[in-house]
Amino acid sequence: MWRSKAWITLSKASSVPQAKMSLTDQTKMARQLASAQIISALRLRAEGVLIPLGALVAGFIAFSIFLVLLGKSPFEFFSLVWKGGFSSAFSWQNTLSRVAPLVFAALCVALPARLGLVVIGGEGAIVLGGLAAAVAGTALGGLPAVLGMPLMALAGMVLGGLWIGAIGALRIKRGVNETISSLLMAYIAIALFNHFVEGPFRDPASLNKPSTAPLADSLRVGDMPFIAAHWGVLAGVIACILCWVLIDRTTVGFAARIAGDNVRAAQIQGLPVAKLVIGFTALGGAFAGLAGYFEVAAVHGSANASLIAGYGYTGILVAFLARHNPLAILPVAILLGGIEASGGLIQRRMELPDATILVFEGMVFIIILLSEALYGKLGIFKTNAGGTR
Amino acid sequence: MKYEHDNGAISVEALNMTMKFGAFTALDEVSISIPAGSFHALLGENGAGKSTLVKCMMGFYHATDGELLVAGKQARMTDPKVAQTLGLGMVYQHFTLVPSLTAAENLVISRTDTPALIDWRRERTALDAFMAKMPFSVPLDQPVSRLAAGEKQKLEILKQLYLGNRFLILDEPTSVLTPSEADEVLGHVRALTRAGEITVLMITHKFREVSAFADDVSILRRGKYVGGGAVADLSIDEMSRAMMGEAPVVSERTRKGTQGQPLMTLHGLRTADRTGLKDIQIDDVTLHSGEILGIAGISGNGQMELMEILTGQRRIRSGTITVNGTAYGATRAEARAHAIRYLPEEPLRNACAPRMSVAENLAFRMFDIGKDGTHVFWKDNRAIAGNATTLIDAFKVKTSSPAAPIASLSGGNVQRAVLGRELTGDVKALIVSNPCFGLDFAAVSAIRDRLIEARNQGTAILLISEDLDEIMELSDRILVMSEGRIAFETPIATADVAQIGQHMAGHG
Repeated sequence: MWRSKAWITLSKASSVPQAKMSLTDQTKMARQLASAQIISALRLRAEGVLIPLGALVAGFIAFSIFLVLLGKSPFEFFSLVWKGGFSSAFSWQNTLSRVAPLVFAALCVALPARLGLVVIGGEGAIVLGGLAAAVAGTALGGLPAVLGMPLMALAGMVLGGLWIGAIGALRIKRGVNETISSLLMAYIAIALFNHFVEGPFRDPASLNKPSTAPLADSLRVGDMPFIAAHWGVLAGVIACILCWVLIDRTTVGFAARIAGDNVRAAQIQGLPVAKLVIGFTALGGAFAGLAGYFEVAAVHGSANASLIAGYGYTGILVAFLARHNPLAILPVAILLGGIEASGGLIQRRMELPDATILVFEGMVFIIILLSEALYGKLGIFKTNAGGTR
Repeated sequence: MKYEHDNGAISVEALNMTMKFGAFTALDEVSISIPAGSFHALLGENGAGKSTLVKCMMGFYHATDGELLVAGKQARMTDPKVAQTLGLGMVYQHFTLVPSLTAAENLVISRTDTPALIDWRRERTALDAFMAKMPFSVPLDQPVSRLAAGEKQKLEILKQLYLGNRFLILDEPTSVLTPSEADEVLGHVRALTRAGEITVLMITHKFREVSAFADDVSILRRGKYVGGGAVADLSIDEMSRAMMGEAPVVSERTRKGTQGQPLMTLHGLRTADRTGLKDIQIDDVTLHSGEILGIAGISGNGQMELMEILTGQRRIRSGTITVNGTAYGATRAEARAHAIRYLPEEPLRNACAPRMSVAENLAFRMFDIGKDGTHVFWKDNRAIAGNATTLIDAFKVKTSSPAAPIASLSGGNVQRAVLGRELTGDVKALIVSNPCFGLDFAAVSAIRDRLIEARNQGTAILLISEDLDEIMELSDRILVMSEGRIAFETPIATADVAQIGQHMAGHG
């Protein structure tokens, strides 16, 4: 999608010199050419939007069949999703509270994906980022918020970045499959998190639920004005825009796209493929760490087992539905945040187990992966873009 | 076997074949007649309609209009299975064998009637009996991956005979073979046609093969039949003029200037080859400005590894690469400082990002430098578009739009685009590998012209090629690579094809 935008500017630029020629035929031809290019650009763009959307709808249908087989009403399910996720200020608050971690977790998938890496262990970076932020927050208790908050966020980002960056480094230096290593390292991260929260950094006052010491009020992140959501949502929006700018508007992003599409071509161009891979995975990890920071500083007030909420895994679905486009991540995160937010309501009203949402997400994910095979194959999106043979 | 056409060669005749893709007419009322037992060559540039014609014959496409007569009877090629039952078979440009299986296994599994449980003893007896009747053989018990390219191509042809096909379409069957392998394979094919075993229709770009082996030729241009007849009655000049139309056929390439200073030196390079079992050992190679240094060799003798070393894709264990006296590691900064560019083989696979656009692919060398030559952070889309317009124009890249994905271009256009990208600016050295692999006559000629032109302007060119004709045509100096080493060196003036061939084959 982000590509087709450049097409339009390109086609405009290339039609200008021809249009200057006063002969009407040539002007007409140039216009036809330009409009053909715009149409083919729009088709490419439409393909990028409609196929994931179609997959989502197919996922809804497949899940509805599943519900019918269970003897439940799909209509009730979807109306409850609407009610629990989007219908009122309260449900929007519930939804938006999930958007920030989902956006960051999705960026942790989407950024490495642009280099051809499938990283699915963002959960590890989230919990470790949260732990680092909480520990930093405890240690920095006396500092004013102006210094303390950025330092906490930085602690989370650094640890998250190191964690996922290590996966990129293992891939590029040792050829370790990043999908498997990131998944396994997520388990290690969670085990480390539990060890530290229940051991060295445990607040003696936390009896039932082992936690780190509660953050000072001055270090807690509050809600934004007028919107019932904490500042992490805005940070997520800004992060998405920055990532889009990085990929679409900078030379670094361009080099990363070359390496992601064909690593051999990137090597022959002498592009620093290793640095790009490690850099993009580390940046993704840093965003996941930031998700952990906001969960600790804005939601839980300390690091505890509530941090292991599966955002890292839902983020994978968000990134794939968004086709790893940072700007598309935001609406998709809102949609999935809303569906997850309605989970409690669905559980109570329909007497369905809370894993039902996971079944739904799994179905959508499989259909999304199947739909990847459709790109470039559907007649309606076919363009005559190719050169003559 | 139980095919009805097991009694030798069959004739095929196409009458007024027309194939339209939307508004585009790929094939325009083409009629050709191929009598039983003849060796027919189909000449034409890429895009002339050769592939479309044979795909219609094989039932991969359904012709918009026209008739096909097989052995004198009208045939409706509704799908490739019909062609198979009628005895039509096709040998593709690239191998369709399973590399990890033996030749015998490849033959048996290619049959449509292979039982779920294979009685190997019986199959082997049948295979041995079949092989005994054939004029040539291949080792049946080795995995296909261990066979040389020529043997694989022979196996492909044997496979068609084994399947009972008596009309073979060969799609550029020699593009992956050495000249001597090509001559051997085509010699066998010709002997089979002479014996009345098969009829052959061969798509080719090589006039030499047409005049040496074919009985008749048909020439297509832009989807139309533009000439043909008995090869004996036609000169190469007449054939190429029919194929090319009004365009100049062979441009006289003049060499100007003299060999300049040494530019790049390889010294004592050691690294493992792709199998990890053998070593690549390049002791001493110097590339000078204004020369084309050709590296000849049969595929798989270390040329690929040498290319990877030079492009920085393969680490060296020991040795040095120096350019202008300083160590060279093929980083972007070094390549830019010394103006060294690369043209790897199969550019779509090795030098392009296939899903990115033509314009973006053309920008690979310039996207990160500003007007003042320094590294920039912000991508300049206008500069990228301007660069694309200039290069598409200068190198005659046929594309519907700079925004089209480069993978949608034909091979010759991809090659021209990459060549254009790599040859912009003041290029001091160009490292080239098999630049004309799989390209048509016009594209090959244009690309060779560009290389000579660059050489005349003082560019040092290292040309790694498996096509000895190409090496002989372009090089000022020739090295022969064999078993990972430089086995032989000769200036072009004293180069002897037979001697080079012996060194290529490892008989120094």
